[in-house]
Amino acid sequence: MTWFSLLVLIPLSAIVVKASGGGWSTYESILTNANTRAALQLTVVSALLITLLNMVMGTIVAWVLVRDRFPGKAVIDLVIDIPFAMPTIVAGLVLLSLYGPQSPIGVEVNSTRWSVLLAMAFVTLPFVVRTVQPVLEELDTDVEDAAASLGASRFTTFRRVVLPALVPAIFAGAALSFARGISEYGALVLISGNLPRRTEVVSVRLFSFLEGGNTEAAAAVATIMLMVALLAIVALDVIQRRVARRG
Amino acid sequence: MASAAVGTGSPVVKWVLRLLVVGYLVMLVAWPTAYVVKHTFADGLTGIQEALADPDVVHALKLTAQVAVLAVMVNTIFGVGMSLLLVRYSFIGKRALSVLIDLPLSVSPVVVGLALVLVYNGRFGWFGPWLEDHGLQVVFARPGMVLATCFVILPLVIREIVPVLEELGDDQEQAARSLGANAWQTFWRITLPGIKWAVVYGVVLSLARALGEFGAIKVVAGNVGGETQVATVLVQQKYQNFEQQTAYSVSFMLVFAAVLCLVVVALLRPKDGPKEGKEQ
Repeated sequence: MTWFSLLVLIPLSAIVVKASGGGWSTYESILTNANTRAALQLTVVSALLITLLNMVMGTIVAWVLVRDRFPGKAVIDLVIDIPFAMPTIVAGLVLLSLYGPQSPIGVEVNSTRWSVLLAMAFVTLPFVVRTVQPVLEELDTDVEDAAASLGASRFTTFRRVVLPALVPAIFAGAALSFARGISEYGALVLISGNLPRRTEVVSVRLFSFLEGGNTEAAAAVATIMLMVALLAIVALDVIQRRVARRG
Repeated sequence: MASAAVGTGSPVVKWVLRLLVVGYLVMLVAWPTAYVVKHTFADGLTGIQEALADPDVVHALKLTAQVAVLAVMVNTIFGVGMSLLLVRYSFIGKRALSVLIDLPLSVSPVVVGLALVLVYNGRFGWFGPWLEDHGLQVVFARPGMVLATCFVILPLVIREIVPVLEELGDDQEQAARSLGANAWQTFWRITLPGIKWAVVYGVVLSLARALGEFGAIKVVAGNVGGETQVATVLVQQKYQNFEQQTAYSVSFMLVFAAVLCLVVVALLRPKDGPKEGKEQ
């Protein structure tokens, strides 16, 4: 318990204390700084887009992994986990080698906003898949058979029977991937090119504050990031409850 | 009788979904990863040999391994203790604690680094000056790097152990205690064998994560080549200095270690799965 507070609680509260030390003016100067605001906007919008993409793609991937059978499925199962275990800086390098300069397939996205999306999609891939998969495995096909025998089309069965059961898992995964998306640093630092106002994300901005010795601004940005992450997690939880009630 | 469940019929839908998933994963993960391997071995083994001849690289790899192993050890001991606390005892604030455990997963590594610097910095940190007076420099030195790694991998062991502990129940532990075993014996003979595999998965996963930690360590360790530079930071530096071959070689080693960890977990899991099934 002491270890936990020394390691996690005290350092995190130190950030908040440090940030509030400068009072409201620190936040104000940060939020009026065009570069920082652009970075915040870019990060949050990209993370939202990627979270939506993950909710769709992650569910489909989980679906194929659970319900479909084909040779090589075990390999796919392994591939899903690679982004989680791979060092983030290497993830950036890896993406850069295929989608960067001298790209063998002629797609160059480095130093554009697409690269931010690409890197975020890479690192957040496992979250929705891994939360939906176990739920889908538990789900009995009996209910689906029943729905089908009562004349529901496949799409209706999916929408009315399967999807409601998956919703909590999808949203839990989405919350994780959003939080990861806005906080990503390593994968983005190489590929995004860090152009202020265009491709610079918040964590890169934060790091440059730190390197410049501006700890107070860094702490304030960090607090904003923590708040956004918290807000997103709570919001997703609320949406999930509402959807679950209606379903 | 054929099941009418969704996804078992309509071959068209099935193939479309299959192709979609495989295509997405290949474009996003598999192909780029394979490409690094290709880059590394473009001139056979010379790339790796050259990289290993660079003292900075060797030092960074050694340091990474040391920090990772140390952090994983500390984290494992703490994780087992914390899981026991969370499952076997009830106390005020337990729910809050279990939510807080997951916090490191959603905090940016740069923020983690900043937090640790603020508290343990030798000049203006909360505990830093006191620790430094007692001869322990934390930030810009190894203890800080181990701390940062511990922060990041904190939830991994706990998340693996807690469900297993809950599943096991405490019948056997109570039996052992009623037969006169003390707490230590109960833990060593009854609890630990039960959660053995969960601990192993947790350790392997957190090892993979620890080897690859970048943002937090970069902030905490500073970036002194040959001193506190870990492998991931080295990759960035080499890449930016246009020593791409070295960067790719070191990346390959890190990816190889990460994939190896995953394969170990994947191989261990099925062995344990059926056994658990039988017990139920």
